[in-house]
Amino acid sequence: MIEIKGLIKAFGSRLVLRGITLHVDAGEFVTLVGPNGAGKTTLIRILATLSRPSAGRVLLGGCDLNEDPMVVRRMIGLVSHRTLLYDDLSGEQNLLFYAQLYDVARPKTRAEELLRQVGLWGRQHDPVSTYSRGMQQRLAIARALLHNPPVLLLDEPDTGLDRQAAATLGALLRQTDLGQRTVLMTTHNLEYAAAWGERVAILVNGQIAFQTNRSETDLTTLRAQYDHYASPA
Amino acid sequence: MHHLRKIWAIMAKDLAVELRTREVLGAMFVFALLVIFIFNFAFELRVEDQRTLAPGVLWVAITFAGMLGLSRSFIREKDRGSLEGLLLAPVDRGVIFLGKMLGNALFIAVIALIILPAFVILFNLSAAVMPQLAMIAVLGTIGLSGVGTLFSAMAVHTRAREILLPVLLFPLIVPVILSAVKLSAAVIDNVPFAEVQQWLSLLVVFDIVFAVLSFLFFDYVVEE
Amino acid sequence: MLWRNDIRGMRMKNPNSLMMGLFIVTGLLMIGAIVLALGIAPDPVNLATPTERSAQRIFYFHVPNWWVGFLAYLVAAVAGVLYLILRREQWDAVGVSSIEIGLAFNTIGLISGSIWAKPTWNTWWTWEPRLTTAAIGWLMYVGYLMLRSAIENPHQRARFAAVFSILAFLDVPVIFLAIRWWRTIHPVVIGGEGGQGVGGFALGPTIQLVFFFCLGTFTLLYVTLMLVRLRAELLSRRVEHLRQRLMFR
Repeated sequence: MIEIKGLIKAFGSRLVLRGITLHVDAGEFVTLVGPNGAGKTTLIRILATLSRPSAGRVLLGGCDLNEDPMVVRRMIGLVSHRTLLYDDLSGEQNLLFYAQLYDVARPKTRAEELLRQVGLWGRQHDPVSTYSRGMQQRLAIARALLHNPPVLLLDEPDTGLDRQAAATLGALLRQTDLGQRTVLMTTHNLEYAAAWGERVAILVNGQIAFQTNRSETDLTTLRAQYDHYASPA
Repeated sequence: MHHLRKIWAIMAKDLAVELRTREVLGAMFVFALLVIFIFNFAFELRVEDQRTLAPGVLWVAITFAGMLGLSRSFIREKDRGSLEGLLLAPVDRGVIFLGKMLGNALFIAVIALIILPAFVILFNLSAAVMPQLAMIAVLGTIGLSGVGTLFSAMAVHTRAREILLPVLLFPLIVPVILSAVKLSAAVIDNVPFAEVQQWLSLLVVFDIVFAVLSFLFFDYVVEE
Repeated sequence: MLWRNDIRGMRMKNPNSLMMGLFIVTGLLMIGAIVLALGIAPDPVNLATPTERSAQRIFYFHVPNWWVGFLAYLVAAVAGVLYLILRREQWDAVGVSSIEIGLAFNTIGLISGSIWAKPTWNTWWTWEPRLTTAAIGWLMYVGYLMLRSAIENPHQRARFAAVFSILAFLDVPVIFLAIRWWRTIHPVVIGGEGGQGVGGFALGPTIQLVFFFCLGTFTLLYVTLMLVRLRAELLSRRVEHLRQRLMFR
């Protein structure tokens, strides 16, 4: 579903991504861990078509990012650590607005469906500024799922969430409804990476240093690997 | 046509946000009013017939208030990260531009129209001039909003955003202001239309050409 | 690899001999121009006072000055288009270099024009088309430099600068037209239909010759200055690229 080959991103002369090759099958849940500055956000932004690769190829569902950005945009939903929501509008108004941008059929019904699913029904008329951080993240997920995208991208979604809110988030992400979706999530929290993803990759210094399936490893091993790669050489 | 629907959606969203917060329109209105008052006092002692100044004062007020509205429009989007939300969606960049531009034009035009009665009263003009002045205001507003929306999208990426926008925009919209002032003066002084027809042509042509150019260049400004 | 591309493009062929030659030629031509304009060119026939006759000679420098400014802004706009299409950093370097030079000539033009205006029109400044357009142009391109200095990301800066320089240049004739539909008292020496100028004078054949000589010299001056400025710009960018490579290894 997601094919990344030799992805390089440079800002001026500064290399942030130094040749990423990653393959994510349809329906897989892959988590990407790495320290700050590893390039996680940059990678997600490129996949979300918000940033252009400097070199390399990126294919989503067989479509090249550079050639068919509009097609790709219909296929992805993004949950960033910034909410991308309009604080002054209500939850429902936010969803209805984006539903129009994504050409969602029967927007009101779909919005209600999602609001119930993320547990925000009852607060849908309140301005987003009155939501807690956890609630805002849940609304962001609803927004990302509006058009039922086959690919879900999450950039450090656990930022600013306490343990309970993060647990709710994790539960939400692993619901059966999302089972057919391809998910790529970045985080710098190893626990969540290990608990939520089927496959874990360690991103350090713009490169993927290590990949493993969750079934083949445990938290301790993972932590050891992480410390090994992430510690300054 | 679904493009039109999305343009409308963006405009409606800006309107909805404004109705909830009322921060921009209120500030613009008060500011425009203040400009008119200040000019009134500033020129009272030296100028015999204040009516010669009237068109200029009106357009200074509209332009300055318009600058305020233009900067606020993108600043709100950028600071909340919602501009990325727009860019993320399968929406043509040109559609985003038109939605934003028409929204801006609407706000500025609304302020201009609200200001008109106050203006007419303070300068002791006949109420009959209002409809024509309103039409000129709408045309001028479109001229301001075209390049203004493009430049505010640029300025929002800088630190001195609210100061940079007027610096960049004012020189370029001189033709709009000149035309608008000349036409307004003609309306107030009851000059026959044929004498100022060229100004109307200039204004309309400028509006169209620079709105189209801004529409084309918007893509380059918001890409990453 | 990718980033090396940035640096390789920042090179100019070793310019030393070419530039020296250019400097010398330009220098000689300028001396020639000054001699011709101030000494050899005859007084125009229809100016009355000696002050006016002497002051008229600024025409040989002032008009080419304006021409170079315009040329510089045109080159920058074209460079802007090329940058947006080709995305090579060199075009951005050309743009900023050209506008800086254009602005310098613009400034000199405004000041020298003002000095000429005092004896001729008895005022330092007047709101007539050419002058006002030059002043507004000056403001626009100062805005350009302010825009550049306000943006940190070099790619964004180049893009915004390109868009702005194209729009600004396209707007200049519109601004001129708009202001021209007011009174004019600037001498309409070349191509003036319906413009009543004060201080206009007859263009005899020798005067025309000297004028075109000066025009050519000033254009060469522009080219020389551009080469110098562009080289400095490209070198400084190369230094910046190298510095970043070293810092972020």
